[in-house]
Amino acid sequence: MSLLEIEDLRVTFTTADGDVHAVNGLSLNIDKGETLAIVGESGSGKSQTAFAAMGLLAKNGQATGQARFDGQDLLAMNTRQLNKIRSKDMAMIFQDPMTSLNPYLRVSDQMAEVLMLHQGLSKSAAVTEAVRMLDAVRIPDARARITMFPHEFSGGMRQRIMIAMSLLCQPRLLIADEPTTALDVTVQAQIMQLLGDIRQDFGTAIILITHDLGIVAGFCDRTLVMYGGQIMEEGPTDDIFSDPSHPYTSGLLKAVPRLDKETAELATIAGEPPDMSRLPAGCPFSPRCAQVLDNCRAERPSLEVTPGRRRACHLPVKEVA
Amino acid sequence: MLSFVARRLAVAIPTLLILVVLSFVLMYSAPGGPFNSERPLPPEVLANIEAKYGLDQPFWKQIVNYVVGVVTQFDFGPSFQYKDRTVNDVIAQGFPVTLTYGFWSFVVAVTVGVSLGVAAAIKQNTWLDYLAVGISIGAQVLPNFVMAPILLLVFTLWLGWLPGGGWEGGQWNYLIMPVIALSTSYMASIARITRSSMLEVLNTNFIRTAQAKGLPMRRVIWRHAMKPTILPVLSYLGPAFVGMITGSVIIDVFFSTGGIGQFFVNSAFNRDYSVIMGITILVGTLTILFNLVVDILYAWIDPKIRY
Repeated sequence: MSLLEIEDLRVTFTTADGDVHAVNGLSLNIDKGETLAIVGESGSGKSQTAFAAMGLLAKNGQATGQARFDGQDLLAMNTRQLNKIRSKDMAMIFQDPMTSLNPYLRVSDQMAEVLMLHQGLSKSAAVTEAVRMLDAVRIPDARARITMFPHEFSGGMRQRIMIAMSLLCQPRLLIADEPTTALDVTVQAQIMQLLGDIRQDFGTAIILITHDLGIVAGFCDRTLVMYGGQIMEEGPTDDIFSDPSHPYTSGLLKAVPRLDKETAELATIAGEPPDMSRLPAGCPFSPRCAQVLDNCRAERPSLEVTPGRRRACHLPVKEVA
Repeated sequence: MLSFVARRLAVAIPTLLILVVLSFVLMYSAPGGPFNSERPLPPEVLANIEAKYGLDQPFWKQIVNYVVGVVTQFDFGPSFQYKDRTVNDVIAQGFPVTLTYGFWSFVVAVTVGVSLGVAAAIKQNTWLDYLAVGISIGAQVLPNFVMAPILLLVFTLWLGWLPGGGWEGGQWNYLIMPVIALSTSYMASIARITRSSMLEVLNTNFIRTAQAKGLPMRRVIWRHAMKPTILPVLSYLGPAFVGMITGSVIIDVFFSTGGIGQFFVNSAFNRDYSVIMGITILVGTLTILFNLVVDILYAWIDPKIRY
């Protein structure tokens, strides 16, 4: 049995301008200790997929389908039942470390409350454990600094604190929602290194949500490419990179800036991200696709499943440029 | 922090001096005087009285004498209107009354206002929210000079439950109506500020983090959302607290409570210079003091603020 199994997930937001369909029939699964990348541009629904699983959708959001964690459907749970799983078995770290910690509470209090809640530790035992975890994420002088407030740490340090906080109960699944987007490049590398160590030391399964293909390569076992709230393709990371089977993936890969080639201009994918309240009837990528076929606009391609890979495209694999 | 408090108190002294001079000039330039009445006094008598109170001296000398008296002996002078009583006596009589119903109004306004605001924010767009917003708008548009006679009509004339006025040392049944009439509009403002502040806080990333930890909603609200929610309320509470404990003329007039507001209005009508000055300085000092208290509380709640 997979650790997390999402089936036909749909997330819809009710707004004054009509319904916004952020996720449209997404299915995925992740096994124990596995690392899955969800890649896509802003607004592709990757973060909302994670929020739906954690029960953290905005108030006007509604999720349907199934998200089974250990066989139990998270979407059918009420908040009280979810609270027993959140952070204990399934934790999440967020995009913006500058605002994700509570600026009014000491780091020690914010970390200790997780252990006091889920493991019934006393305050002092919880703080001792929290210091150990801060040491593990290499916060220098953790014992003295744990009583500081978040604003006394740098952005990279705050993300380390977030990671340490999410790992306190040794969850089996960690969802990292663009953990390095707000950080500068050298700090990005350190945080990715840290996540790699965590996977090794604790055997934590990680879902890495990102739009940065550079950090996916060499880190994730499998990669899932999303566009318009749907899967474009999915497969082992190495295969996806060396042999993309979807025009969107191949466009994304071409748009990665390379240091080893002289190019005058960065390749881009023409057009704009889709309006999620008015998705085209066919493939959501069809308006921007360079290799669009006639039936792409009218008919949504179904997911083709081959061993290890999935793709949703009308174009035969061999013809993808 | 200590040096901040010391600096603020040091700035308070010139502020108060400017307040004294401005009030003095305004009073001095207003026509009439404390001893003008419908039947004019004989000029010799008037001259005698003015000499007794020092009103025959030049303006600058009067103000210097006044300030020196206040600073060196805490002497705010004799009342011009109430025979044989000093300003200190008048304030000592009226202020405890105002302080009592003002304090209770503050307590009621804050507890009811904050609870109403928090409840409305948590249950946003439910009947509870609409009810809370409705109550606070209703309370806001009902000024206390409308509220007071309505209360009197209902609870004294119709139901006969509460005494229609007086103080009796501040027994609870004499307190109820003044407190309700004074606190209602403050309560409404506090509820509105709390609600919008809480709604904003509930949308922040750190509240999402708290929820992702699996904390029960109660704990998310009280431990993670309450401090930032209360900050904007706090900056309103400083001036509001002074407003309440210096009371309202309306309350004293409608309920004959005998608070400082009544003395203030009477002394303005009667040109009772020294009483006006005394009460002005009292209110000014309290305003400065409570703004300082608010600033200190701010630093205590928000760790990013350091003085």
